[in-house]
Amino acid sequence: MSKNTPKKSIVIIGNGISGITAARHIRKQSDHTITIISEETPYFFSRTALMYVYMGHMRFEHTQPYENDFWEKNKINLRSERVTQVVNKKQILEFETGATLAYDILIIASGSKPNKLGWPGQDLKAVQGLYHKQDLDTLESWSPTIQSATLVGGGLIGIELAEMLHSRGKKVHFLVRESSFWNKVLPPEESEMINQHIRAHGIDLQLETELKAIESNEEGRAKGVITHKGDRIESQWVGLTVGVTPNIDFLKNSDLALGRGVKVNSYLETNLPNIYAIGDCAEQMEPVSGRRSIEAVWYTGRMMGETLAQTVVGNKTKYAPGHWFNSAKFFDIEYQTYGNVSIEPNPEEEHHLFWKHSNKNQSIRLSFNPTTLELLGCISMGIRLRHSIFDQWLTDKEPMDRVIQYFNQANFDPEFYPTYEKELSLEWELSKAKLIL
Amino acid sequence: MGTLKSKINIMILTQKKGSLILGSSGFLLLLSSLFFSPQDELLLLVASMLMMVSGSLLYFKKVYGSSLAGIKNDGVWFNALTAEGIWGWALGIALTGFYVAIYWFPEVLGFNTNGTSTGLVQVFDPLSYALNGNAATQWFLYGTLYTTAILLFGVKFIWKYRHNRYQIIRTLSVMFFQLCFAFLIPEILGKLNPETPYFAKDLKNMWPLNYYFLDQWHLKNMLNGGNLGLFFLTFGLALMFIISPILTYLYGKRWYCSWVCGCGALAETAGDPFRQLSSKKISVWKFERWMIHVVLVFISVTTIAVLWSFLSSNSTMSWFSREQFIGGIVIFILVVMALLFFWKTGALSKDAKYSLLSLGIILIAVLSIQAFSGEKNILFINSYKLQKWYGFGVGAAFSGVLGVGFYPILGSRVWCRFGCPMAAILGLQQRLLSRFRITTNGGQCISCGNCSTYCEMGIDVRAYAQRGENIVRSSCVGCGICSAVCPRGVLKLENDRLENRINSENYPLGNTL
Ligand SMILES: Cc1cc2nc3c(=O)[nH]c(=O)nc-3n(C[C@H](O)[C@H](O)[C@H](O)COP(=O)(O)OP(=O)(O)OC[C@H]3O[C@@H](n4cnc5c(N)ncnc54)[C@H](O)[C@@H]3O)c2cc1C
Ligand code: SF4
Ligand code: SF4
Repeated sequence: MSKNTPKKSIVIIGNGISGITAARHIRKQSDHTITIISEETPYFFSRTALMYVYMGHMRFEHTQPYENDFWEKNKINLRSERVTQVVNKKQILEFETGATLAYDILIIASGSKPNKLGWPGQDLKAVQGLYHKQDLDTLESWSPTIQSATLVGGGLIGIELAEMLHSRGKKVHFLVRESSFWNKVLPPEESEMINQHIRAHGIDLQLETELKAIESNEEGRAKGVITHKGDRIESQWVGLTVGVTPNIDFLKNSDLALGRGVKVNSYLETNLPNIYAIGDCAEQMEPVSGRRSIEAVWYTGRMMGETLAQTVVGNKTKYAPGHWFNSAKFFDIEYQTYGNVSIEPNPEEEHHLFWKHSNKNQSIRLSFNPTTLELLGCISMGIRLRHSIFDQWLTDKEPMDRVIQYFNQANFDPEFYPTYEKELSLEWELSKAKLIL
Repeated sequence: MGTLKSKINIMILTQKKGSLILGSSGFLLLLSSLFFSPQDELLLLVASMLMMVSGSLLYFKKVYGSSLAGIKNDGVWFNALTAEGIWGWALGIALTGFYVAIYWFPEVLGFNTNGTSTGLVQVFDPLSYALNGNAATQWFLYGTLYTTAILLFGVKFIWKYRHNRYQIIRTLSVMFFQLCFAFLIPEILGKLNPETPYFAKDLKNMWPLNYYFLDQWHLKNMLNGGNLGLFFLTFGLALMFIISPILTYLYGKRWYCSWVCGCGALAETAGDPFRQLSSKKISVWKFERWMIHVVLVFISVTTIAVLWSFLSSNSTMSWFSREQFIGGIVIFILVVMALLFFWKTGALSKDAKYSLLSLGIILIAVLSIQAFSGEKNILFINSYKLQKWYGFGVGAAFSGVLGVGFYPILGSRVWCRFGCPMAAILGLQQRLLSRFRITTNGGQCISCGNCSTYCEMGIDVRAYAQRGENIVRSSCVGCGICSAVCPRGVLKLENDRLENRINSENYPLGNTL
């Protein structure tokens, strides 16, 4: 059906996961002309794998999920250029080179850029964030002259950078404002496990420490940092990893409604007809309940791309992500989460069952409603859990007794791994007893 | 504190260097026998082996023992040995040279047909006498070095993956099968039964990996080999037709390829540093499919041809005639073809077609053998010549020279991927009829590419994982490394019911579309 609709010119700004997913699914279901523009790299690569390139686990080519001729075979045009302006009245894009490109439908998938919080010295040489491929190249070029590096900001990219630099033999100082690593997301026990693990790797983790200023040498390159406590740390390179913001500066003079990101409704539509925004750069005006208005993660970018493709081929579809899930790896400790686990739960609405291995870096936390006993979410450290089972349990509002009884079905660790279901179930019996008392 | 840490670092570094020097001195000492015939071969053997073993164990301890357990791939692509750099090429050339010498110029290694060897082969005489009662041959030398390599690098592998029980148990298994089944038992059985004619005594080395299992001389020797010979013949046939299909159905081809097989054992241990070098290109995958089917057709037709000639000239040694034999084969192939034809639709149809085509070609070949062949001539070619070509082309040139010699250039499983007829058969079954699969964990994949990079069989694991699809590929040997290196816990090797083994949803889990 949709193959017969008139051929339109679809232009996508951004060749990240969201733009690429949209393009692939539009191509599967239609004959529209598709053009993807990126100023970053000619081909789609996995941003999440940048760390492994620096660590020598992979070459950059290995981060590209499709072979280079995939795009031509699928009639997806690629254009390496920077868009400077969207002129909606004429339905054209303007490029830095002065060229223009007309569109029928425009999809903005321009991603994020690293934050800078206005510190003195933040624009010195050898001070940078890690987001784009160019950031990795810059880091690589400084690398031979780095003996000691300071990272500012304890998030996911911060700990990845710590691991990266450490793998190349650099002394790493890791300044984290909070009292424990990533404790806005991780409950205290998990967060403390990571603190210890970071230190076990020989990283100088400094909690409750903020950056005051970055010092410059004669050539305008960072030579050290001053913390708010007045300590001076020598470092030839400073990484700023205090989060990301939507990369939308080039849209400032367009007629698009902007907040922190490009504002979209639940159909991913902007205020202008025929323009949509997806991925990191999109800001939901009416986010799904319990979810944030900007979710800068891989998975939501992919889902927005899948959803929007439906709309573009004529099957208007609301963006409706399923249960929240995420994962990460902190040095050697894998982390997975499904559903909701609050760090400061309201005792009327949410209780936690927590089990931790006596000497290994492994734990499981299940959150549940204390009256209905239904499962609300889960956080696991050092243990792999099965997404499909948790998704089903969350949908079915599975009661904890059954969750515990069938927990082995959710075990996704490799074969022969020691199991923990018994201990978890003991822990559950104990806390149930307490709950009834 | 900083200075203490750097002092420790320096200490580790010097100890690393020291152990490397110790190990390589042992190796050079062993090699010296190539140029100066040893005075006391026992002393030389013990001294060089001790130095090599202790040097490398110390080195592995320094490399892996001094860091926390976890994935150890730092710098793999910066290293001139593991990233096709100068050291990789140097090692590749050295290994290839060694294989060429073993197969075609054993005299270079000191082998002498009259039984009094010199040089490197002579060094292994004491061990050979102790184990099998005879002087060493180049094959004994090879077997000893091969087994030593698997044991040493096996220890290294276990150290490297000490957080992963699947890897530990699997590696202990290949070390055990190599040491006992491939090395010790055959040598000792040889010593205990000196009067019986030679036949292969490695129980696990089944046809068609052991391509001469069904050769005339080998069959005769087994039949003339008393109870032991009959046992090996019966067990070999049972392995082929009963045990292997059952195990492959239950666990996939990994039960053999990465748990038992000797080629797999070397690839998984000594070859581990080179696993990332296998090509993941779609074009190479296409080539692999063709290649593996051609090898399969070739080995099947030659074996049937050889058996036909055997039955033609030895009608008294067998319970059935050559016509009955051909008839049996034809029925067997027809049954398999019919099953394939009726069962395999949908996701499997493409692979089933390949298999049908191969079987069809074998069928035609078998029927023409029946129709046109004389006593010794198969389709006007001498069947033993055909077998000899296979032995040269596939058995030696491919499995040894290319298969191991090119580890540092083409990756550790070139032979297993493109050349091994055994892997081809097990692979067909794994794809079409097995409980094994690698499950993809819903929508958790971030397309990073670690899995594909470290798959030694060149499978683009990510291509499936990022779509939320399970991996059901005939070439997967179930080494489990893709699962180990995945930073998001996306992959799990498991055996389960056949339904939904191959899942192809439109979207990975997470979206409510
Ligand atoms: C180091 C790192 C690790 C991460 N790890 C994880 C993880 O483990 N799990 C997870 O869920 N998420 C992770 N993320 C976040 C995840 O990568 C992002 O959410 C995701 O890549 C966003 O995809 P996107 O398609 O929205 O945008 P992007 O991938 O940012 O793509 C946008 C593209 O548009 C281009 N572009 C922007 N403006 C213009 C313009 N004007 N003209 C031309 N081109 C333009 C950009 O250059 C860029 O190439 C990580 C991010 C980083 C940086
Ligand atoms: S797919 Fe995984 S288990 Fe199979 S061979 Fe490749 S790395 Fe090994
Ligand atoms: S290693 Fe894991 S996350 Fe990375 S591409 Fe493979 S399956 Fe996906």
